[in-house]
Amino acid sequence: MIRPHRRHPLWLAFALHRVSGLLLALFLPAHFGLLGTALNGAEPLDAALAWTDNPLVKFAEFGLVFLLAVHMFGGLRLLALEFLPWSPRQKTLAAAAVALAAATGGAFALQLV
Amino acid sequence: MTTAQKSGSGTDTIGNHGTGEGADESAGSSAPGAALSVSVWRGGPGGGRFHDYEVPARESQTVLDVVSWIQQEAEPALAYRFACRVGMCGSCAMTVNGVPRWTCRTHVQRVAANGRLQIAPLRNLPVIRDLAVDMDPFFERWTAAEGRFHPGTTRHDPMAPVDPASPARREADAAIECINCAVCHAACDTVAADPDYLGPAPLNRAWTLLNDAKDEGRDAILDAVAGRGGCLSCHSMGSCTRHCPNGLDPMRAIAGLKRATALRALRGRR
Repeated sequence: MIRPHRRHPLWLAFALHRVSGLLLALFLPAHFGLLGTALNGAEPLDAALAWTDNPLVKFAEFGLVFLLAVHMFGGLRLLALEFLPWSPRQKTLAAAAVALAAATGGAFALQLV
Repeated sequence: MTTAQKSGSGTDTIGNHGTGEGADESAGSSAPGAALSVSVWRGGPGGGRFHDYEVPARESQTVLDVVSWIQQEAEPALAYRFACRVGMCGSCAMTVNGVPRWTCRTHVQRVAANGRLQIAPLRNLPVIRDLAVDMDPFFERWTAAEGRFHPGTTRHDPMAPVDPASPARREADAAIECINCAVCHAACDTVAADPDYLGPAPLNRAWTLLNDAKDEGRDAILDAVAGRGGCLSCHSMGSCTRHCPNGLDPMRAIAGLKRATALRALRGRR
């Protein structure tokens, strides 16, 4: 339940940026662990990569791409907010960041089909 | 007139007086003659709880009218603060249905959820008693942010020219009408999480001074706002701007301070 004083677009954009960042931080050890299997030769890496062909993992990759995109576009919005001349259209920019992330994630999902 | 009824069924809310529900701007209004169900937080620094009252609904009634009615008709010992009643003094801010608001200019019709109001003291400030909070930590942050005028001339010097159309003066003018109500301070989650954070209003004040052609304290201001707890601690959640009753944009002011501190660092001056 979001408390009443937080129910506005820019707070939700902040929350989305924070949550996506935390989830990506949780993903990174798994990512490096998988790449680390290559240290023991090609076979363990190929076995791990074969596991990622599982449809469920493929679908989870869509979520990962969305998280990456929403964190990147949200971060670009924050950089623009802090370093470019001020724009009063912050809510529009936040919505655009989410829309671009959804489009990026959607494009990735479409190429899975 | 409906007699006020005080019930003993208030919700225990020790250490959690800022929560509430139903602050929807489109919430239903109370018809004249009906009664409002009002929960008012009562207690002190050690904690407290909500007490329930029935208050007669009136046309064009403000939340401050409701609190005053309770104090005058039902609970003479209720502590709260107000002065001007016209949105100038900034002393009557409270948490209404979970949202910080100036109560003298907040109409009940606009915020009551199905004829219910929950009124609590402002978040992020120590409670003195009931709805009155200690504003000292708020004003101490103004001092820490160098939120005072830094004169550079005497009365014998010519006055510094101020061009009202200059970009800097426009920035200052856009941020200058702060009434020190602490609504932004109560709305800010960074203030709640970081005891060192100066908060939106003091940083907004620092921004007006930084853009004031007559102020000679530019380096002192930037030193104050660039340090720990300064403008760089802001997470740009925007709750200050969303809830400022005067329509100011502290988030814009803080972004301006971030640009000014970054520019100074890039120039190697700090």
